[in-house]
Amino acid sequence: MSDVSLMVNGKRVSGAAEDRTLLVHFLRENLGLTGTHVGCDTSQCGACVVHVDGKAVKSCTMLAVQASGSTVLTIEGLANGADLHPVQAAFKEHHGLQCGFCTPGMIMTATDMISRHPEGLDEATVRAELDGNICRCTGYHNIVKAILAASMTMKGSKGKAKQAA
Amino acid sequence: MGIEGVGARVARKEDKRFITGAGRYVDDMVVPGMKHAAFVRSPHAHAQIKKIDVKKAQGMPGVIGVLTGKELKADGIGNLICGWMIHSKDGSPMKMGAWSPLAFDRVRYVGDAVVIVVAETKGQARDAAEAVEITYKELKAVVDASKAMDKGAPQIHPEADNNLIFDWDIGNADDTAAAFGKAAHVVKMDIINNRLVPNAMEPRAALGHYDKAEDHYTCWTTSQNPHVARLVMSAFYNVAPENKLRVIAPDVGGGFGSKIYIYPEEIVCLWASKKTGVPVKWVADRTESFLTDAHGRDHHTHAEMAFDKDHRILGLKVETQANLGAYMSLFSSATPTYLYATLLSGQYNIPAIHANVKAIYTNTAPVDAYRGAGRPEATFVMERMMETAARQFGVSPAELRRKNFVTSFPHQTPVIMCYDAGDYAASLDAAMQASDYAGFAKRKAAAANKGLLRGIGMSCYIEACGIAPSAAVGSLGAGVGLWESAEVRVNAVGTIEVLTGSHSHGQGHETTFAQLVNERFGVPLDSVSIVHGDTDKVQMGMGTYGSRSGAVGMSAIVKALDKVEAKAKKIAAHLLEADEGDIIIENGALKVAGTDKNVPWFQMALAAYTAHNLPGGMEPGLKETAFYDPSNFTFPAGCYICEVEVDPETGVTEIVQFVAADDFGNIINPMIVEGQVHGGLAQGIGQALLEGAHYDNSGQLLTASYMDYTMPRAGDLPSFKVSTSNTPCPGNPLGIKGCGEAGAIGSPPAVINAITDAIGSNDLAMPASPSTVWAAIRATKH
Repeated sequence: MSDVSLMVNGKRVSGAAEDRTLLVHFLRENLGLTGTHVGCDTSQCGACVVHVDGKAVKSCTMLAVQASGSTVLTIEGLANGADLHPVQAAFKEHHGLQCGFCTPGMIMTATDMISRHPEGLDEATVRAELDGNICRCTGYHNIVKAILAASMTMKGSKGKAKQAA
Repeated sequence: MGIEGVGARVARKEDKRFITGAGRYVDDMVVPGMKHAAFVRSPHAHAQIKKIDVKKAQGMPGVIGVLTGKELKADGIGNLICGWMIHSKDGSPMKMGAWSPLAFDRVRYVGDAVVIVVAETKGQARDAAEAVEITYKELKAVVDASKAMDKGAPQIHPEADNNLIFDWDIGNADDTAAAFGKAAHVVKMDIINNRLVPNAMEPRAALGHYDKAEDHYTCWTTSQNPHVARLVMSAFYNVAPENKLRVIAPDVGGGFGSKIYIYPEEIVCLWASKKTGVPVKWVADRTESFLTDAHGRDHHTHAEMAFDKDHRILGLKVETQANLGAYMSLFSSATPTYLYATLLSGQYNIPAIHANVKAIYTNTAPVDAYRGAGRPEATFVMERMMETAARQFGVSPAELRRKNFVTSFPHQTPVIMCYDAGDYAASLDAAMQASDYAGFAKRKAAAANKGLLRGIGMSCYIEACGIAPSAAVGSLGAGVGLWESAEVRVNAVGTIEVLTGSHSHGQGHETTFAQLVNERFGVPLDSVSIVHGDTDKVQMGMGTYGSRSGAVGMSAIVKALDKVEAKAKKIAAHLLEADEGDIIIENGALKVAGTDKNVPWFQMALAAYTAHNLPGGMEPGLKETAFYDPSNFTFPAGCYICEVEVDPETGVTEIVQFVAADDFGNIINPMIVEGQVHGGLAQGIGQALLEGAHYDNSGQLLTASYMDYTMPRAGDLPSFKVSTSNTPCPGNPLGIKGCGEAGAIGSPPAVINAITDAIGSNDLAMPASPSTVWAAIRATKH
């Protein structure tokens, strides 16, 4: 057993975990953050994507002890109180989800993708960058649409923020 | 249509919890004292179990119980069953072999459950499962249905000689032979429909909880139909009587058919909870899902189609071998028979049809309904045949189809179905226009300049949904009725709960069902809650599959709403001292037509519950129940056109355009309907280009992870052009046909027709991977 100490969704948390415990299991089972899902055993599906120190990471590829000391953002911490994050809002508006199981990972991947492309995104880039996230329900059509729309919104709001400054 | 009513593109109510990580799936459930299970599974495709030694495992850290099939049998737990009786053409009943939830004498496929281990943690359960020692005597295995009936093939179940489960036929052999006798042209093809793994993103899971004090069981399970699960577990598996068994299917992460069935794990977790005295949770890992979820398709077919000199179809002969795997799953017998061969008339006038289906055991995972269930297999046969015929005759594929379309309704086919309404030419025209079919030659030439082979292919599908009139399916062998139930509860403050026997696992029922209520009573969507998936809340229901929740589930709600409306109008008429026939419901109030006299909806509801001033003899309250049994199947249909570019150097296929033109009848929420089509298309295109479950000859599944089984990813697919041109279904009050499976049914032949058009070879197996396409191109050059 090892001690694991993390900043998760803005809160300092700690706990003991078996050395073999993956970050995703620590989040789900120790912290009760069940929005992060496990969809495969081979780090292929992306249902478990969270942000570790600002980068999108499949939380099944990392041991909890490895993540100790890091800052983690999960789907539960993405919205600003009652205000949805623009990516969450876009997934809802554009019907970018059906069963909802892959959705948290998709949204965490999308927010990371958008922040890495402040210049904006096109369909081919979005599709290429979604390679590590599998959805079985939507055929990706509306996920791509939602990410493109969120990218536009966030670019717009940044522009406005800059103007205001 | 109001902004939240029928026909409106309303964003989904249920999304809030899913996009914020607050969905509640079975693996998210925690019950006090809950422990974790791991299953020990057969590593062999076919073997005798000589000895099971659990001593070492029992002594491992954290282990609470290690239980075997012998103990399960001793406690009277029953075998799994197939619930649809099929009779062979000689009149004999299907030969169903025994399927124990835990194998105790023989294993029949890799993944067959043998032992359950319950431990404090998931890790400890897995460690202990590794320590269970089972001695097997390996037996010869067979995985290919076409070889399973050969002399010398291993006998898998003593009940089924030569592994033949049934030899069934439909249609008229003599009429068909006579039609072929008159034929000017005969088109013949051998067609394989590849085996698929459904792969809902949420792996199957079960949490069984036995409450000793109450002698009562609760099962949280990843089910598309929790009531059927309770019924079957109670009536056939002797888990507990229905009043002592509650089944809850909370948020379920996709099903696509694979979560219809009752699997060994939920039965064993319930039983193990009683044996060990703790709640027991099991969650499949992905490889377990690949090994043990019911697979789909796996047909080998020989088909012949007879045409007259004017290219009108005279007759169709079909011989199909269906691989049902090692055990008969719950509806496995219906999928390759009544859900398949009854659709072999396609969209066409075919005077004579005869189809023969042999269902065969092999040492592979059980095969059952997967999105489309029999109808994709039928459509693939029909639409590959039509395309091939057009090429052989040197005529336009569109015009050959158009010439043979059914154009007057009702239309009785020679294979049971009576099509009620449709306009197949309208869908064909819409698809041809949307795809700029006329401009294809130019695009092909432009592609050729880039060194690419461009091809176009179409598929005109029909399916039977809304399954189905109970008496009809009963006469065909179904063990259950296929009606649906609804209960509408108007609360004293006017808010409404709708309890439905349908189950939503991505379909958006919480929104579309509420739109129906909004349309009728003007109550805001936010004041309407849809309750489903819990046998303690909803009395009975048949669940969601076969695109039936709209046509059947919502029709039940309409019936209940009719009753609520009638009583509400009586109350309002009494309060307003008006005639009941003059009351209309508008803008959230009950009004006397043509006057300004009205009572708000919530006041009427309150009056129903205060009961201070009700019409004489009326019972207080406002709650109504209805059961709806459809009068016919529904018949969604449409035309899909796929355009591809193939790189002849690599065999890589790119789908450059995909057009879907569907007829779904009336539509409640176009946004959700389009989403259903997109998802179906992705699965159908996945089947055509990428997906295939492969066993080696010893019965090991070679494609048992996402490293080996190619799931469609975003970069494999284009954006889709979808549209609908709808003819209302005359068979149900809403005119709905259903949209859940169309994409998966119609798309595979469109893709393969496009690739074969591009490469100039008609011989191409699914999945048309780059190596398969490359080899097919090379073969045309020799």
